[in-house]
Amino acid sequence: MSTAIRQFFKTFLLWELLLGLKLTGRHFFARKITVQYPDETTPISPRFRGLHALRRYPNGEERCIACKLCEAVCPALAITIESEQRDDGTRRTTRYDIDLFKCIFCGFCEEACPVDSIVETHIMHYHFENRGEQIMTKDKLLAIGDKNEAQIAAARAVDAPYR
Amino acid sequence: MQQAMMEFWDGLPVIMQIMTKITMIVGPLLLVVAYTTLAERKVIGYMQVRVGPNRVGPRGLLQPIADSLKLLLKEVIIPSNSDKYLFLIAPVLAIAPALAVWAVIPFDDGMVLADINAGLLYLLALSSVGVYGIIIAGWASNSRYALLGGMRSAAQIVSYEIAMGFALVGVVMAAGSLNLGEIVMSQQGSVYHWFLLPLFPLFLVYLISGVAETNRAPFDVAEGESEIVAGFHVEYSGMAFAIFFLAEYANMILISALTALLFLGGWLSPFQGILPESAFDLPLIGWVLDSGIHWLLIKTAFFLFCFLWFRATFPRYRYDHIMRLGWKVLIPVTIIWLFVLGVAVALGVGPWFA
Repeated sequence: MSTAIRQFFKTFLLWELLLGLKLTGRHFFARKITVQYPDETTPISPRFRGLHALRRYPNGEERCIACKLCEAVCPALAITIESEQRDDGTRRTTRYDIDLFKCIFCGFCEEACPVDSIVETHIMHYHFENRGEQIMTKDKLLAIGDKNEAQIAAARAVDAPYR
Repeated sequence: MQQAMMEFWDGLPVIMQIMTKITMIVGPLLLVVAYTTLAERKVIGYMQVRVGPNRVGPRGLLQPIADSLKLLLKEVIIPSNSDKYLFLIAPVLAIAPALAVWAVIPFDDGMVLADINAGLLYLLALSSVGVYGIIIAGWASNSRYALLGGMRSAAQIVSYEIAMGFALVGVVMAAGSLNLGEIVMSQQGSVYHWFLLPLFPLFLVYLISGVAETNRAPFDVAEGESEIVAGFHVEYSGMAFAIFFLAEYANMILISALTALLFLGGWLSPFQGILPESAFDLPLIGWVLDSGIHWLLIKTAFFLFCFLWFRATFPRYRYDHIMRLGWKVLIPVTIIWLFVLGVAVALGVGPWFA
């Protein structure tokens, strides 16, 4: 009985509605959490897995030794490698293709690589305009690596203690 | 200079004078309507911890202009099975009363387009005409959703008009006049003389039924975008749609202004009778503190903000709950309070009815 009366007065005096108004009123003055995307960005983890790249040693020699561990570990079978012995006796790839339509950006290739050659950069904005452009060839991957070496190295350095 | 202006004004034909006055009311009104849409999006955004529109112009200030340009340039599609004449007349029927009502709204002492004695009756009558626009729009569209929306809004507006009318009867009893200017003047004295205190239940009933009358959330079953798409204006596009939009917002502003006029003393200053008379003689500060149009605007803006606040807070009422609230809660409350009020007026309870 008393709860019924209390309920009646709560409804009749719009008590719950006032509580609701108080809540939205408080949020009206709250700090806004919107990230205005093109102008502001959320922080990116050093482990962010974006577009792939092949790295070089500081002396300009490409790191990849065609061990094919990445090709073996790739769950999506996106990597195709062909290799050959060079004149100086070292083994290098002649072909290193990643099909980005197959790739699931799991980062296994990066983890499998014994020489930190294949890496995933923080690049996340890219597009293809023609069929076939999704195949990242060795040249393209090396070019991306050369262009973004500073960012790649910085991300590796930050993450090094946890590896 | 002023002399010459006055002479020029008096020299104009009466029709020109009236037209100028109408323009001076309707022009700013439409501007306020446009910016209310921006304010609504901003306020709701802020309450949802977002920023709201801020891309067009500084802080999004040009957004309403971009919106209206877009709507102006869009094609008005007329459904092939619709009743074309009624389909096109409906938006006009919605906006015309919403604008015409402003003729009797006093902005300051004597600052009113048509100072008629039955101002409140005129107002009730015209706000009832507005519902025809919605019903006709729903019917003429020849669409099921539109018809449902029109029916819902008809039932809702007709039921809430009764509660609203009774609330206004209370105001009339307290003021002893139907003229809006006189109603405001009878609240003169101090904050305690405003009708807010003696008529508080009626004030709440009026505000709630005002929200229902304008088909605003939480009483927006006529639109109910999650239930019946957009209700009565599903089939409307371009400027025809924009006119419904204008009418809705003009009505919102009207209800806010009326609440301020009828219950909060309109243009009367809240400091009247509290601060000593000498405070009003100060330069500038005295003008701000003294009664004037700015107090009406501030009060109206507050209620307008409440409309947006309600929309950001409350979920939509279920249809049968709306009917229950209107008939079983609001109307009995107003009737009971009318009796109380009648006794108070008969006994001359001060300071309001003395």
